[in-house]
Amino acid sequence: MTQNSYSLAELVIAACAEVWRDDGEVMATGIGPLPRIGAGLAKLSFAPAIQTTDGEAWYTSAPVGPGKRAVEPEFEGIANYDRVFSALWSGKRHALVGPVQIDRYGQANISVIGDHKKPKAAMLGARGFPGNSISHPNSFFFPNHNKRAFVEGEVDFVCMAGYNPARYRNGGPPQGLDLRRIITNLCVMDFGGPGHQIRVISLHPGVTFEEVQDNSGFPLAKISDDIPTTPAPTAEQLELIAKIDPNNVRATVFKDNPAGDRRAA
Amino acid sequence: MTETMLDKRMTVDDIVDQISDGMTIGIGGWATRRKPMALIRAIARSNLKDLTVMAGYGGMDIGLLAATGKIKKLVFAFASLDHYPLEPHFRNARQAGAFEVLELDEGMYHWGLRAAAMKLPFLPTRVGIGTDIINQSGFDFKFVKSPYEDGEEFVAMPALVPDIALIHAHRSDERGNLLTLSVDPIFDELLVRAAKKSFATVEKIVPTAELDMKKNSRYNLVERAMITGVAEAPLGAHPSSADPDYQLDLKHIKTYVESAASPEAWAEYKAKYVDVSEADYQASIGGQEAVKQLPVPIY
Repeated sequence: MTQNSYSLAELVIAACAEVWRDDGEVMATGIGPLPRIGAGLAKLSFAPAIQTTDGEAWYTSAPVGPGKRAVEPEFEGIANYDRVFSALWSGKRHALVGPVQIDRYGQANISVIGDHKKPKAAMLGARGFPGNSISHPNSFFFPNHNKRAFVEGEVDFVCMAGYNPARYRNGGPPQGLDLRRIITNLCVMDFGGPGHQIRVISLHPGVTFEEVQDNSGFPLAKISDDIPTTPAPTAEQLELIAKIDPNNVRATVFKDNPAGDRRAA
Repeated sequence: MTETMLDKRMTVDDIVDQISDGMTIGIGGWATRRKPMALIRAIARSNLKDLTVMAGYGGMDIGLLAATGKIKKLVFAFASLDHYPLEPHFRNARQAGAFEVLELDEGMYHWGLRAAAMKLPFLPTRVGIGTDIINQSGFDFKFVKSPYEDGEEFVAMPALVPDIALIHAHRSDERGNLLTLSVDPIFDELLVRAAKKSFATVEKIVPTAELDMKKNSRYNLVERAMITGVAEAPLGAHPSSADPDYQLDLKHIKTYVESAASPEAWAEYKAKYVDVSEADYQASIGGQEAVKQLPVPIY
């Protein structure tokens, strides 16, 4: 690749980092390689106060990338299981997670595909998604933007609460529900449309709104008629990404590690 | 003065003898960490049936009990082998509709244990609101309104009370004073406090003085009055980890994962690693020497 070129993975990492820009001193949890590297990038550049972990039970001073480590990180605090709940229930966390399905309300699923009693596909189980969703801000990453992920109707089993009025007995969601951004292989979205409608806020280079809409099971809003292009990672960001991910795990996320600007290919 | 001797030492099979058909058993540990696998293997070999299994943070414990048909009902939040995100035997059984489930959020499970540990019928929480967790057929979640001015409505998470809790720890004396030496104690303490009776397997039973309790106080999670019996079971968490004594055995976990591919593969695994004595099991995995050499996993 030339000096100014970048991969789709690196574009996505830079977009993931943005979710933590104005969060202050919170626990930043990025699930999966790109969100995790994204949290590291945010910490090393514009959001130094966020706390990231080694993927196990410790907060570390510097972000820890995926895969083999050259040196043991410096530990700056403990993040064992009990403490994770204490932090998340307080609201001092912003997670960037990768569910299997999401719907127009932001309701997300990692439990089952099909009937809950006898599923077509049993996956993880709800994990901590229900509590996360109503306790602190959450963002999402989907590596394949398609109608199997962005489903028509509701997700098969609602693990994460969303902006669906029919689900609330008291007229509105609990105070902690705060869905922020969705980053995919095609675009970046938020919940800023009318009535929290999912809205495209930037398109990755060479992607059209029509392509995104055609791959979504529900109607999307747009931030403007002229949707901005997702900003390319800067040379400085690319250097930081390489520092956080010396094992180049990021190159393995998308098949054949495509370019970030598909028109450049 | 005569010293009161409290000898709670038992064997793994003695512990399994305490379990009856239809009981609710709670299993400690987390996915691939400190699962009481020697006990799980012994249950898998036994004639026990119709168990309600509470394993909020499940892994191979759920998979092995599912594959051997022991589970009537599963209370859980997830089942995973971490490096292999989907537990394959859990998956097969679940997709076959082999048992009833009550699926909970991890924090709700934690809250249910805490309610039980506090001898309360429930604890209020916002968790579950807006999700299908509280709409599952087979369980009627109730709600409770704050009696204070805010008037907010909460989910009343019921106490989760196992008949018997099973955990794995590192050291114990014969009286049941336990040390759990890992950095992360997970929620074994609450599980023990929640249960009617609790049993622990430990890597090693030592004289009380050797627990060096003053130095190790933070690793002593629970009063011995909560522990009914202890069994020495070296490598009793294998193939999950009992860090710092040993790490998870990824190679064995891979073999286990592959055993879910066909009935033949499962029969082979079961014959080699389940339907054998614990001594033979330990020998088949290379014994202490090999297990202690396992590398620290990277997450």
